[in-house]
This record gives sequence, structure tokens and C-alpha cells, in this order.
Amino acid sequence: MSLKRKIEDLIKRREQAQQGGGDEANSKQAQLGKLGARERIIALLDRGTFQEYDLFVEHDARDFDMGKKILHGDGVVTGTGKMGGKPVCIYAQDFTVAGGSLGLMHARKITKIMDHAIKMKVPLIGINDSGGARVQEGVNSLAGYGEIFYRNTLASGFIPQISVILGPCAGGAVYSPALTDYVFVVDKISKMFITGPEVIKTVLGEEISMEDLGGARVHCETAGNAHFFAESELECFDQIKNLLSYIPHNNTEKALISEYTEPDASYKMGEIIPSDPKMPYDVRNVIKGLTDGSKFFEIQEMWASNIVIGFGRIHGTTIGFVANQPAVMAGVLDIDSSDKAARFIRYCDAFNIPIVTLVDLPGYLPGIDQEHGGVIRHGAKVLYAYSEATVPKITVILRKAYGGGYIAMSSRHLQADFVFAWPGAEIAVMGPEGAANIIFRKEITTAENPEEMRQRKIQEYKEKFANPYVAAAKGYIDSVIEPDETRHFIAHAIEVSGNKEVFHPKKKHGIPPF
Amino acid sequence: MEENNKLELLHTEEGAYYTRLTKKFLNRKHWAPKNPFQIKAFIPGTIQEIYVQVGDVVLAGDNVLILEAMKMRNLVTAEVDGTIKAIYVKTGENVAKNILLIDIEEVKH
Repeated sequence: MSLKRKIEDLIKRREQAQQGGGDEANSKQAQLGKLGARERIIALLDRGTFQEYDLFVEHDARDFDMGKKILHGDGVVTGTGKMGGKPVCIYAQDFTVAGGSLGLMHARKITKIMDHAIKMKVPLIGINDSGGARVQEGVNSLAGYGEIFYRNTLASGFIPQISVILGPCAGGAVYSPALTDYVFVVDKISKMFITGPEVIKTVLGEEISMEDLGGARVHCETAGNAHFFAESELECFDQIKNLLSYIPHNNTEKALISEYTEPDASYKMGEIIPSDPKMPYDVRNVIKGLTDGSKFFEIQEMWASNIVIGFGRIHGTTIGFVANQPAVMAGVLDIDSSDKAARFIRYCDAFNIPIVTLVDLPGYLPGIDQEHGGVIRHGAKVLYAYSEATVPKITVILRKAYGGGYIAMSSRHLQADFVFAWPGAEIAVMGPEGAANIIFRKEITTAENPEEMRQRKIQEYKEKFANPYVAAAKGYIDSVIEPDETRHFIAHAIEVSGNKEVFHPKKKHGIPPF
Repeated sequence: MEENNKLELLHTEEGAYYTRLTKKFLNRKHWAPKNPFQIKAFIPGTIQEIYVQVGDVVLAGDNVLILEAMKMRNLVTAEVDGTIKAIYVKTGENVAKNILLIDIEEVKH
């Protein structure tokens, strides 16, 4: 065969392999409102940058007549490309080929591209659309999953790992996304669960639809497994591009510093917080009043919304924001909000992103369900994550900071680098009502009019202690600042913290309260 | 996005605040002490065998039934002395978690 003929043969082979599961399966995929595996990768990456590898990989399963079956690319597309001009590794499971089922060679293609991502120190993006294990391959299929999970763990905190759920992702398969940094889901398309509706029906006798059990909304609102919700695949891809623009592409880099504009003047910092300390407000308006162009990229917006986390920039530098949200559940810390904040703090710390904490909380949520649900263990995660973090940590106390909540929210005592407070801040061991009841118990109970005495003592306590100056007098607060000065103070703090280094006791790793 | 947009009072140790309450908070389970005279399914499964009949006297530790779940035959025993007052399930029945299976009546001495 001449070289020309051989090249023609190659082109033919390529075309054949790129058909995936064939016309029928491809049109079925389209009918479900889903893009094909290669289409997804091309839509996500910078135009013309995708290079595919392992197109000709074949499975070598023999049992159950598998020897006769040709599965193009073994049901997964892998390769490299660029996003925002920077290299990434990517894979997309192809549901049209044997339902995207995971056999040994399918898994080997994935682990090969993961190994590349780790060696080249570039982000890894995995698009999941798979019916699960390829049962015909038996324990080999389980081996495949295990090898993926192992690499997810190795890569964790080293390169960003992003999971995109664009179809079913069931059984053991869910653990790869769970081990990665961010999980993106699309309404009506994403389905994730460990045991599906069928099993639940047989075992429990309870009927539930796939959507209600493990649809996109459930994971974003109820379970907290997913971080970003989109109405369509294309919206989801925009969110991924946006996220990657904020974060460094491995743990040895810092995020790119970008050109910046001032925040929108309509965010009047002095007017956002109501004068009545019992009234709520949306803390995201405070964040938007601080960030370049008033842009804030929120993470896990729909879950545990009593704490707000996400990225914004100040003077071009990416900042991880953690803020109590008085508009929801008075901004209390509870099991879910502690879990949400702690993981994000560890993410920022792993990837050299300075953390700005905005504090306004009455403390931890009282409740039997909270205590029995292990709020001690979960709440401790916040303390652990802040204490452990060595990136620049800047805290602004906007209003209430009482008791354990004050300590937990990146206080000076957990080694925050800069702690600022607004003039309306109330920093005290307890709220005035609780404190007055304990300190002046005798005076109140023996008074002629106990209620009048109680109110008087609450007022007395409020005036003496519910302010930022007691803490400032001890040096626990570095500066009491005007709301309008906040952006300036944070920008300066970030600037002077550029070479920050902290030395912790040498150890293999700590034992955080997982 | 929580569905509930009403401002309500949330009571904390430090006082009460106007805020939006989450669905999860509103739907939280209210606690009740465990009643040892009620035998409930601790796991969803199938009743494989029932060793007692209504009127039988049982002592704490006596075998009451087998609840098969997750490929395991789980032996359920009485936690208290008493008389079997009612049996709400039959052999072969699938039961959900926390379903009441058997009521025991305290023996009056």
C-alpha cells in the first residue's frame, strides 16, 4: 500500500471511530436535548484547540460475546486543549457507545489523561454521561473506577478538577465527581445517585422519580453535592469558563491579575445594613460593593444559603469571599453552612487565593436536630479550615460577632492577618440579652420590676460592650473603618501580604473533623 | 433559591432576628424520646420470620423477629419485659424504615 493509500485508510478509520454509537444512538442523544461527547468538548474549549488521543483504543473483553462487539473509542473521548488560552486536559464519556458504560480500557483512557494533567500541572475537566459499570467486564470495571478515584485524590489540591454531569452518573461512578473540586449540573439532564429509584422501590417500597431523587435541582438545593446549576449545557459551559478565569491552573501558581474597574457606585456601602440590628439585608450587596466591576461569582448559591461563598476580584486579584448571610436564617452557622464554608476555605488555601471574610452572625443555630446531627463536629471544620489556611486572611466585621461565631469567622485568634470592623460592629462574648440575663441575674430577679430591670441591664450591656472598641482596645481588631474605606483597606492588605509565609509544625497531614 | 421569601423571626441564644427560614429548617424532624415498648424497623427490609404471637410474654433479650435487609438476616430482640400487644406486620412483608412493627405492653406487677 502506498503512503497515500495508508493516509486515506487512516482518514476512513478516524471517521468510522468518530461516529461513536452510530446514527441511531446519536439522534437519540440529540432528542434528549444532549450534545454529543465531541460536540461538548469543542463547545467548551477555545476554538480549534482540541486534540484527541486514544481514538483507536479497543476493549479486550471476551465474556458474554463481548469479543464480537466493536465499541468506538471504548465509549469515552479524551484529549487536551485550551481554555482562555491556557492548556487543560479533558475527557467526555460518550453515552451513544454502550451507554457510556465504564470498562477497563475506557477507564484506562481516563486515567491516562488524568496522569497527563497531573504531570503537566493543568486543570482536568471530566464530562460524565454514563450508565455506570460495564457489567460484562465484571471486576475489571470496578478496577477502572478505583484507579480513577485514586488519581482524583492524588490530584486534589494540586490541579483544579472539574466534573460536569451531563447525563446519568450512578452507583460507584458518583464518587469521582464527589472527589473533585466543583460539580456542574444541568436541569433535566444531570442525574446522580448511589442507588437509583428501582432499588429504592424494591428495598423501601418508596416510589420516587429519577429527577426527584437525584436531579440537578436536588443536588444544588438539598444535598449540596453540586456547585453550579444551569438551564442548558451551553450555559453550563459558560459557567466553567468563568470559573477557570478566576482560579490559578495549579497549586504552584497564583491567579492571573487582571485589569480592573471600580465597583458600581450604586452600591452605597454605608446604606446597605439596616440600622435596626434585628433586620436582615443581602450580604451579596456588600460583596458587590467591594469587588472590581461589582462582579461576584457565587458558588453553591442554592444550598446552605445562610453562608455565601464565591470569587470576586479586588484590584485585579482573585479573592475567595466567605460571608454570613443575614437574609437567610439570620446568617447562623449550622451543619450545612459550616461544611460549605470549610471546604471552600480549604480550596482557597490549596490554590493560593486570599480569603476575605465578612462577619455578621448571631452564632450557631440552636436545635436538637443540629446537636444530634453533629454540629460540634461540622462546626469545628470552620475553625480547622481557617486556622490551617496560610493564604492572606482578611476579616471585616460588619455588624454582629458574638461568642463562638466570632471566634470561628476568621478571628484574629485563628491567625487572621488583618481584622477590620465597621463602626456598628457588636463584638462580645454573647448578645446583650443573653449576657445581661447571666451577669445581672441577681439584680433582675430581686428587682421590684424584674422586666424593667432586665431591659435596663440589657441597655447598659449594649452601650458598654456591644461595640468594636472593646476588642480594638485589646488589639483584636486592627482598625475600625468606615464602610466606604473597606475596599481600600482590603486592597492594601492584599498588597502587603504578597510574600506571606507561615511555618506550621512538620507533619504528614492533620486530622480535620471530616 | 429557597422558596420561602417571607421574613420570620428566628430565635437564637443572642435574641431573635428577622430573616428568611430555609425549607430544611422548616421541615426538620422534631425529636421524641425512644419508646422501648414499640419495636420499629431500624432499617428498611423484609420481615422473614416472626417468633412471637399476640399475648406472648417476652423478656428483654428474647428473639422477636428477623428483619432481612441489605443481604443480612437481622435478629430483632425485645428491649423490655412485657406482653405482645399487637403485631402490625406479616412474614414476607416489606417495611420502610421506622415503621412500627410490634407493640409491647408493660407487665404490671
